[in-house]
Amino acid sequence: MRWGSKTTGQPASPRGVNGSSQPGITLRGVTKRFGGQLAVHDVDLDIAQGEFFTMLGPSGSGKTTLLRLIAGFEVLDAGTIILEGVDVTGLPPYQRGVNTVFQDYALFPHFSVAQNVAYGLRVRRVPASERRERVERVLDMVRMSAFADRRPTQLSGGQRQRVALARAIVNEPSVLLLDEPLGALDLKLRQEMQVELKRIQRQIGITFIYVTHDQEEALTMSDRLAVFRDGTIEQIGHPSEVYEQPASEFVASFVGTSNVVETNLGRAVVRPEKIELSSTSLASGELGGTGHITDVAYLGMVTRYTVAMDEGHTMSAVRQNSSLERQTFTIGDRVTVAWKLHDAFPLTNQSIAAG
Amino acid sequence: MRLSTFTRLSLAIFAGLVILFLIVPLIVIVFFAFDASNVQTFPIHQWTLNWFSIAWRDPAVRSAFLLSVKAGLFATLIALVLGVMVAFGIHRFKFFGREAVSLLLVLPLALPGIVTGLALHSAFNLIGLPFSLYTIVIGHATFCIVVVFNNVVARLRRTSNSLHEASSDLGATPLQTIRLITLPTLSTAIIAGALLAFALSFDEVIVTTFTAGAQNTLPLWIFGAIRLGQQLPEINAVVVGVVALTIVPIAYAARIASGDRVKN
Repeated sequence: MRWGSKTTGQPASPRGVNGSSQPGITLRGVTKRFGGQLAVHDVDLDIAQGEFFTMLGPSGSGKTTLLRLIAGFEVLDAGTIILEGVDVTGLPPYQRGVNTVFQDYALFPHFSVAQNVAYGLRVRRVPASERRERVERVLDMVRMSAFADRRPTQLSGGQRQRVALARAIVNEPSVLLLDEPLGALDLKLRQEMQVELKRIQRQIGITFIYVTHDQEEALTMSDRLAVFRDGTIEQIGHPSEVYEQPASEFVASFVGTSNVVETNLGRAVVRPEKIELSSTSLASGELGGTGHITDVAYLGMVTRYTVAMDEGHTMSAVRQNSSLERQTFTIGDRVTVAWKLHDAFPLTNQSIAAG
Repeated sequence: MRLSTFTRLSLAIFAGLVILFLIVPLIVIVFFAFDASNVQTFPIHQWTLNWFSIAWRDPAVRSAFLLSVKAGLFATLIALVLGVMVAFGIHRFKFFGREAVSLLLVLPLALPGIVTGLALHSAFNLIGLPFSLYTIVIGHATFCIVVVFNNVVARLRRTSNSLHEASSDLGATPLQTIRLITLPTLSTAIIAGALLAFALSFDEVIVTTFTAGAQNTLPLWIFGAIRLGQQLPEINAVVVGVVALTIVPIAYAARIASGDRVKN
């Protein structure tokens, strides 16, 4: 049985990180209250330079507030924020080396695309010739060169998204903050932009701090991710760590679908794809039980079954549609649900309580 | 919403009647302004532009017109400065009594003009301020501020706060943000407010009566002349001029405002 090391609060493991392991950003004891309500509670966090770091959590979990604290839009009640060795805790947004991609894009309606992108350089008095060159370069990078003279109102959602990104990265910030940047796009565009964002992040090599409530997005894009709950970090780790070894029932249910089962060692999590369905009885070395199918969802690549177990709880199982001849089940079928002991990840009571 | 043919037809007829009710008196005056006869009756037998030339050359009309323009411009200027500032204050900051201030501000437009006028009249007398162009301007500014304030505060509420955050985030100091982002995004609301304020001031009668003393603004001249009843055709010509002058800023203001709504 594998037991995951407790990863919460530990410094960056530079897996999949390009560049040095010098912390790009360090948070210590960061706390923020809104009218007595704790929005962010005593958060410690180290994000490595060049890392794609995602803050994942349901709405109201504190992830967006933390992002706004890093940007300087909110003033923290306690703690410090250190950006590449410089304490920026008391600095206003315009004196911090971070830039933000806003959820609503916040493009300036009275400026053209090129003027929007040039804005940061203009207010910092970068010479006009250099300004033009850098604007051209980033517009090219986000494939928006052809739209330089358009107004934001003449662009589609995806195009605005690209302009917002260009406007932020043209300043070459040490950290780029992205607040649910793909939230307003439809599914296909969102998937395209996910790939695009990763490409650009690799190309320019700056730290991305990405806020989302979409667990799939978080798993696909991140070098590391932090799962937030009630203003604290429930778990930090590589996507596969968080998925395969959730620190708590909350993480297990928020990141992907999961089944919580009782084993002789306590409660454990089994992911649906690690569950076998059959019409035969349990083999030796397998755990499980019997039940009947209550729902079948055909999803193309896979089919998801919901099984009502005889003991009363329900379980979810996903099977690959790997062969046309593979046995399928229909609603009402009696099945044996089986999993291997080493595929069940134990939930410690301690980590549940820590939430 | 889908309406039956009958409902739609009756609505159209009703709307048409309302518009007629509002517009017919105006049309009547416009016709009479071109009527050569001294006694106004339909049908009009002979057309003339003579009343316009008489009005144009009348020194009383001229000085009244000039006073109205001056009062309108000054009142608008004051309304712009104070209206924009108070809109910012009320939108940006939470302070004790914010709602009360907001209400007090709108009061002069909501109160009957006679109350505002009488109050100002007494106040000017109390502090011994002689009636002049400036007392008219102060009187007009009380309600002109309201239209500027209303326009600007509505725009501020519609403008996403993230624009200002984005500007600051991109390195702009607060002053740069005001100059490059805040004022330009408010500009059309400010212009629309100013045009409406001028139009309001230009045709105001009641408050002006109490604050003008012996001076005549154009509306006061018209009012006085009608009561004397001796210059009716000339009055018609003046009124047509006033309508033309006030329609332009109001139509322009409406166009700016609606254009913005489409863009946003």
